[in-house]
Amino acid sequence: MTAFLIRRIATIVPTLIFVSMLIFGLQQLLPGDPAVVLAGEDRDPNVVAYLHQKLHLDEPLPVRYLYWINGVLHGDLGESLRMQKPVLALILEKLPVTLELACLAILIALVIGVPAGIVSAVRRNSAWDYAANGIALWGLSTPNFWLGIMMILLFSVTLGWLPASGFVSPFEDWKGNLATLIMPAFVLGNAIAAVLMRHTRSAMLQVLSSDYVRTARAKGLPERSVILKHALRNALIPVITLGALELGTLLSGAVLTEQVFTIPGFGKLIVDAVFNRDYAVVQGVVLFTATAYIVLNLLADIAYVIVNPQIRVQ
Amino acid sequence: MASIAGAAASAAHPGRATPRAHPFRRLLRRRGAAVGLAAIVFFVGLAVLAPLVSPYDPLATSWTAIRKAPSSAHWFGTDEIGRDVLARVIWGARASLLAGVVSVVISLSIGVPVGLLAGYAGGKIDMLISRLTDAMLACPFLILAIALAAFLGPSLTNAMIAIGVSATPVFVRLTRGQTLAIKAEEFILAARAIGNPPWRVAVRHVLPNLVPALIVQATLAIAAAVIAEASLSFLGLGQQPPAPSWGSMLNTAKNYIDNAPWMAVWPGLSIFVLVLSFNLVGDGLRDALDPRHV
Repeated sequence: MTAFLIRRIATIVPTLIFVSMLIFGLQQLLPGDPAVVLAGEDRDPNVVAYLHQKLHLDEPLPVRYLYWINGVLHGDLGESLRMQKPVLALILEKLPVTLELACLAILIALVIGVPAGIVSAVRRNSAWDYAANGIALWGLSTPNFWLGIMMILLFSVTLGWLPASGFVSPFEDWKGNLATLIMPAFVLGNAIAAVLMRHTRSAMLQVLSSDYVRTARAKGLPERSVILKHALRNALIPVITLGALELGTLLSGAVLTEQVFTIPGFGKLIVDAVFNRDYAVVQGVVLFTATAYIVLNLLADIAYVIVNPQIRVQ
Repeated sequence: MASIAGAAASAAHPGRATPRAHPFRRLLRRRGAAVGLAAIVFFVGLAVLAPLVSPYDPLATSWTAIRKAPSSAHWFGTDEIGRDVLARVIWGARASLLAGVVSVVISLSIGVPVGLLAGYAGGKIDMLISRLTDAMLACPFLILAIALAAFLGPSLTNAMIAIGVSATPVFVRLTRGQTLAIKAEEFILAARAIGNPPWRVAVRHVLPNLVPALIVQATLAIAAAVIAEASLSFLGLGQQPPAPSWGSMLNTAKNYIDNAPWMAVWPGLSIFVLVLSFNLVGDGLRDALDPRHV
């Protein structure tokens, strides 16, 4: 296990280095002098001169990268020109809101996706299977910002059951918090439920045709026990890893969902930064997201090894 | 080479259709895929014939027809400055289809040669390309596209470039994986044994065998690109107003959802149907081109 961990961590180091180079390289796409663009519409000469010095723009590109990455490694992702705050502080301020939304979305995705996948595999080629596949296709094809708008139309405008936008902290009012987050979480969880359903279905179909499931049935175990105790436990193992890959969908989806429901989270931070031409924040958010994605995939791999005895023994 | 493989397959299973015998006919036999294909043809027809079929100029405003509900004069209603929603949905199909196809062409034209090089050359080149691909895949697709579009500047062209570049690593990885598998086949060994240079083996013998997998992936990637373009336009980073785009129409529509819901229904429904159609055709193609499904 230790050897696996060392090997796995060693593989993410070059990936992280390339990610940092890629994100640093984004700045090179800015037309003209980056300091002039970064200084905003005012183009105050003092700000331009300050940025030239701070970003080491007179130095060659590799040297600038080393200065930048050195800052990143010391927790300095730059400073928001618009909000006059360190980028890392801004990210950490917005992160809890998006994390709460993401956790709720995953919960909804699991509640819909896994049972639908099980039913679809167990009742293969039945009306249930077709319905579950139809729901999965719906989930994969619906733009989540449109689904969000349609849910606002139904539940807020027409029925008046839920608030159309905004966010209430769970520490102030947990019921209000749930009321503001339930629609966005469903919108976000919808697409992931579709992917989880497909993964669960395919894993269950594979497991249900294996020898040990046949043996369990031959022993006379009730079908419910065969499916839930024998098949599902093993089928869920690959779903963990494949589900972790959906984190990207979750983070991308959060950008749009937070925009539709005006939730002051991580996604809204990047969109606002784009329109304020606050490029340090854009770079910081992308770097933070990519690093979180890589680390969470590492954790999913470790979880996969822990729950799968075959790999642990190997 | 493909025909030799096909002949060998039909020799092994006489009376059975070979995987590539009639992939198109096999595709049309799947009801979902056939419906999807018909819908795509419909949308392409709308986009191409927009000047002929559009009932109004999509940019023409009318202060006497602001936010009018669907009627016989305006089937899909009008928007906040009196423009016909149906006309804008028809013209918006152009932006969506163009973005879907162009961005996938960008992904294919970078991803396939790079993936082929990585898979065929192997060694340090493969390692370098694979790490770079991993790095790009680590950035969530839409977030990378937003960042690229933000740095390049908001426009439909830049959105297509951003989506195309962000989707490239998927094609690199697919091409590399398929190349590694095909490289180990006996017909490749034979092609090398008779003295073909590596580039010719890669282009003439490996590349044609990648086509089925690439077609499936490209179809599904168009679906993702259509959603991505709509998402970028929704955020204001794609097609710029007043030019019509389904995403930017939804961006405006969300502000009038309580008194003009039709402004949001039609562009969203169009994105949904077009994306669903590409997904249905993609799934159908996967089944039709996969020998295991024959």
